[in-house]
Amino acid sequence: MNLRTWFAAALLAATAAVQAQAPIRIGSFLSVTGPAAFLGDPEQKTLELYVERINAAGGVLGRKLELIAYDSGGDAEKARTFAKRLIEQDRVDVIVGGSTTGETMAVVPLVEAAGMPFISLAGAVVIVEPVKKWVFKTPHTDRMACDKIFVDMKARGFSKAALISGSGGFDKSMRAQCLGVAKNHGIAIDADETYGAGDTDMTAQLTKIRNAPGVQAVLNAGFGQGPAIVTKNYKQLGIAQPLYQSHGVASKQFIQLAGDAAEGVRLPAAALLVAETLPDSDPQKKVVVDYKRAYEARFKQDVSTFGGHAYDGLMLAVEAMKKAGSADKARVRDALEQIRGYMGTAGVVNMSAQDHMGLDLTAFRMLEVRKGDWALVQ
Amino acid sequence: MSGELAQFLLSGLTVGSIYALVALGFAIIYNASHVINFAQGEFVMIGGMATVSLLGAGLPLALAAALAVALAALIGLALARFAVQPARGASVVTLIIITIGAAILLRGLAALVWDKRIHALPAFSGDAPIAVAGATLAPQSLWVIGVTALIVCALWAFFNRTLNGKAILAVSHNRLAAQLMGISVRRVLLVSFALSAALGALAGILVAPITFTSWDVGVMLGLKGFAAAILGGMGSGPGAVLGGLVLGLLESLGAGYLSSAYKDAIAFIVMLAVLMLMPGGLLGARAAERV
Repeated sequence: MNLRTWFAAALLAATAAVQAQAPIRIGSFLSVTGPAAFLGDPEQKTLELYVERINAAGGVLGRKLELIAYDSGGDAEKARTFAKRLIEQDRVDVIVGGSTTGETMAVVPLVEAAGMPFISLAGAVVIVEPVKKWVFKTPHTDRMACDKIFVDMKARGFSKAALISGSGGFDKSMRAQCLGVAKNHGIAIDADETYGAGDTDMTAQLTKIRNAPGVQAVLNAGFGQGPAIVTKNYKQLGIAQPLYQSHGVASKQFIQLAGDAAEGVRLPAAALLVAETLPDSDPQKKVVVDYKRAYEARFKQDVSTFGGHAYDGLMLAVEAMKKAGSADKARVRDALEQIRGYMGTAGVVNMSAQDHMGLDLTAFRMLEVRKGDWALVQ
Repeated sequence: MSGELAQFLLSGLTVGSIYALVALGFAIIYNASHVINFAQGEFVMIGGMATVSLLGAGLPLALAAALAVALAALIGLALARFAVQPARGASVVTLIIITIGAAILLRGLAALVWDKRIHALPAFSGDAPIAVAGATLAPQSLWVIGVTALIVCALWAFFNRTLNGKAILAVSHNRLAAQLMGISVRRVLLVSFALSAALGALAGILVAPITFTSWDVGVMLGLKGFAAAILGGMGSGPGAVLGGLVLGLLESLGAGYLSSAYKDAIAFIVMLAVLMLMPGGLLGARAAERV
């Protein structure tokens, strides 16, 4: 070994020693308040909880984690400002955040220009399609929910379905995705009805669907109280065909609102919702049960899939840093892209240069409401 | 397809009755003060949310509902006494803006005092659908339609048979003359706010099993009730009821026979048409402008 190599090695060692003192900075901007607070609030809590836990266990690469989180209040303009601050002033090593698609997309140009690895917690497909060099995301997409539902319909021998959807952003996006992929599954959408945001009665639309010839199943793409009203009206009209709901209402609240009418309704949902009822052989069980227990013990409130997205985002960032052996932005990005077989709350993550989300349909479980609770459809 | 038509009509009647109840609240306050009370929708919300939380505290449904109506009436009184009355010299537009402010305040308070989640009340008499002429009807719809009919009768009696009611009518016809006849305009204002708040709360309780209730449910119901009141003729009791029913039927028939995407548009186009041809609404007072 010549003198120059020795010198370089010594220099490396010295910088490593200095870095050991400085914490790894995780930047975040989340909708902790405002209309999307139901997303940002559990996300923030999850990040805080797990940064604490990771630090208690010795940190990452011998360095502590430091969380720098801002509340963007669901506002894309604020999200941009905070992302700029995270990049330029706080000089974070990675950004895990962006509760909504709007906020995420507003920040994409910034992180792309700055070369900042960014793991988004928002749902829409546009975030990772087309692939953006520095942008990754953890939640499943609405297109996957459509795929999951259509696969289940096909398995039950259905080929003609009706669609009823609300007029919110989530509803519209899911409706468009479902209409787009229905053909791939050999499902014809024979009726396509909508309802307004504050509508209190959907029997007129459902009567039309009932009278559409040959409809074998009905899919309701919706969010909020609309799907619960649809479910009640569906029962009231005595429609016999199976009703599918979307992952947008995958919470206990839906069952409480729709009551008995919810019996037999199927919907795709993340494994987190049924963590404890998963069979022990399920490879995802440990991850989701551990997260659920940790979250519920600390915050005394029900775990939500949204918090799970933040857990996945943070853990993927940590995993990538471990793989890269450093917090260097370019190396972390490359390591993120190479993550395979990582088990998160949303499912198995297999990233690639073409896929910056890395989830497949196994991320969703098909659930059915039985006796006022979720049951796994085998 | 008579079953189909019957279904659309029944749905329309149910929704229309809800709009009618909210519209009646608008009409009463408008009569007493010429103010359009944009906090009317919030009374609907308070009725539903208060009942949910009292029910959760273990009270029986009837008692919870009665207390919720009383609470709304008190808030209505307070709104009249502490927000509208101190500004009585101001223009009507200012008073309307005050009610919008009150609506935002009430909504914010509800989100704080209760929560931001959606709640359901149990249906008063079960969920088993009733079959009528090839269509089905939820038992709760009968409650809504029935109570609306009862309230319309009771209000008619109140305005035509009691001194208080007649006083409100008198003020609505001519404030100055009423004052000269010894009617306390102040009291009329208070009574009318309390009455319409109670009405709104009652509507909120009746519909909560069908539409659910949450801190922001008042926004849409308030708007639809306002539209119904305008359609029927602002300030007319029978007009408010007719406007509500027509709006509900239009929405349901529009969604059923035309396209659900244009359901709201159809309702509002008909409303605009009515207002262009009959500016006073369906049953509105033929405007006799005094010069």
